[in-house]
Amino acid sequence: MSTIKQRQELIAAAAAKMGKQVYAYDEAPKNIMPRKELHQDNGKVTTLEDAIKKTGLKDGMTISFHHHFRGGDKVVNMVVAKLAEMGFKSLTLAASSLSDVHEPLIEHIKNGVISKIFTSGLRGKLANEISHGLMEEPVVFRSHGGRGSAIATGDMHIDVAFLGASSCDPMGNSCGYSRSENAKSICGSLGYALPDAQYADKVIILTDDLVPYPNTPNSISERNVDHVVVVDSVGDSSKISSGAIRDTKNPRDILLAKQAAKVIINSGYFKEGFSIQTGSGGASLAAVKYIRQSMIDQGIKASFALGGITAHMVKMHEEGLIERLIDVQSFDKVAAESLKSDPMHKEVSANEYASADEPGSATHCLDIVILSALEVDVNFNVNVLVGSDGIIRGAIGGHPDTAADSALSIIVCPMLRGRIPCVVDEVTTLITPGTTVDVVVTEYGIAVNPRRPELKERLIKAGLNIVEINSLKEKATSIIGVPAALPFGDKVVGVVMNRDGSVMDVIKNIKG
Amino acid sequence: MEIKNAVAGTLESGDIQVQIAPNESKGLQINLESTVAFQFGEQIKKVITETLVELGVEDALVQANDKGALDCTIRARVTAAAVRATGKDVWA
Repeated sequence: MSTIKQRQELIAAAAAKMGKQVYAYDEAPKNIMPRKELHQDNGKVTTLEDAIKKTGLKDGMTISFHHHFRGGDKVVNMVVAKLAEMGFKSLTLAASSLSDVHEPLIEHIKNGVISKIFTSGLRGKLANEISHGLMEEPVVFRSHGGRGSAIATGDMHIDVAFLGASSCDPMGNSCGYSRSENAKSICGSLGYALPDAQYADKVIILTDDLVPYPNTPNSISERNVDHVVVVDSVGDSSKISSGAIRDTKNPRDILLAKQAAKVIINSGYFKEGFSIQTGSGGASLAAVKYIRQSMIDQGIKASFALGGITAHMVKMHEEGLIERLIDVQSFDKVAAESLKSDPMHKEVSANEYASADEPGSATHCLDIVILSALEVDVNFNVNVLVGSDGIIRGAIGGHPDTAADSALSIIVCPMLRGRIPCVVDEVTTLITPGTTVDVVVTEYGIAVNPRRPELKERLIKAGLNIVEINSLKEKATSIIGVPAALPFGDKVVGVVMNRDGSVMDVIKNIKG
Repeated sequence: MEIKNAVAGTLESGDIQVQIAPNESKGLQINLESTVAFQFGEQIKKVITETLVELGVEDALVQANDKGALDCTIRARVTAAAVRATGKDVWA
């Protein structure tokens, strides 16, 4: 017979050997409150101001945001206004992207609340002011994969992440959708927020739908969440599919989409189990519509569609034409709802989506990507960030990531936009290197990168209108004349990072 | 040549709206707003001036609001505005 009392000496010896304490009997009573009530007041749920104080945020630190509500985002403006009110200065704002709706940041930059910006893109008045030299420090632009990678490697350290979520429980389990009756703002995937949630020192979830524990299946785990703040609204879902991701009715976009579909079908990559992604922009989003019939006719199914997921993709998935959806960002409400209810529609973090140094990132398994462009040059380099007037007006997004990793990258781009040439001698700003771009589809013909002679041959055989890219540039010039040089100043207002963490280009201020 | 107030063109993308009015002082005074002012501002003013001079309009205030029109469009709109301003039909 060996009692625990008799074993005490041995227990003490074992503990000493392991460098541990001997268990001390805890006589304190258990908390017997029903757990639902107990968890309502677990200390994580608090006000925005209190949460900010508790994170220990200081002047000069880095705060981060996601852009899943796109034009409907309310979190950035709400949080930065609160930080301004609390007297913070010289913060670095690291957003996954910024758009027209973030115009109020102009005042916060002027007042010294925000002194640096890291983002994928800028639009509207904020972009215009920054292009004219609003900030002392240049804005650092990264692709979505590049941002995920920079966060994971510590190249871009985040002190406090402010992440809007469509539903969250008192522990912090949160999603971009909601299963409750009080669902207000739905954004779908939280892919761009996941690296922030994982790597930021402190994470605050802002939600307009606090649901009971457990909010499963969850996208962000309670393990990564420090504070939960309930607000009136995190975003306007109706504005998600606006701006760059509207469904096009423009006849030229439709023409480009149809041509891109022909390129895909005759590329040699259109076969059972292929994978596909479409970037933002009317023509690229519409291209899948025009490969659908060929998939049905030829009995070809795609293994997955990647990236910004749209209602078209969801429809083809539900028809059985696309087996799985890998969703870093839901481009409309249909996609957001599908992500909630369909287990074959998977959310993916920015790293696992497009990081160059993540071996298993989905872009590494991607066959075909269709992307738009502001400008393409005669060396197939692409600009999607700075307008031909020298003013920042777009976003890098996953453009260089997907172009580099896919087997076939197709750029759809009109030769002219009004009097602006889109096929030029040299792009205003280098975003996606021409070595990674395979085909350029314009309304005046299709150019194939000389690095891909086999592809060119296949497309010629298929009877497509294949032209030299130089001839497109010359044709553009013959119609519109030669544009005067842009009045750039000497100040660097933006730095463009390559996805490998090197500096690829700089953007100078524009005068006038 | 006597000039009345006249207008031609729209504010649609790819078009230019041209307003012509009498100029109390001598010469052509062109006030241009353009979405492509950086790249094509001087070229657009040149086309407007040439078109008006060819039509014999030498004293006028021109207000042009350009939305990326090509030179041929600019010539057409300026000509139409000049015809309306002078009452002189160049197509007859």
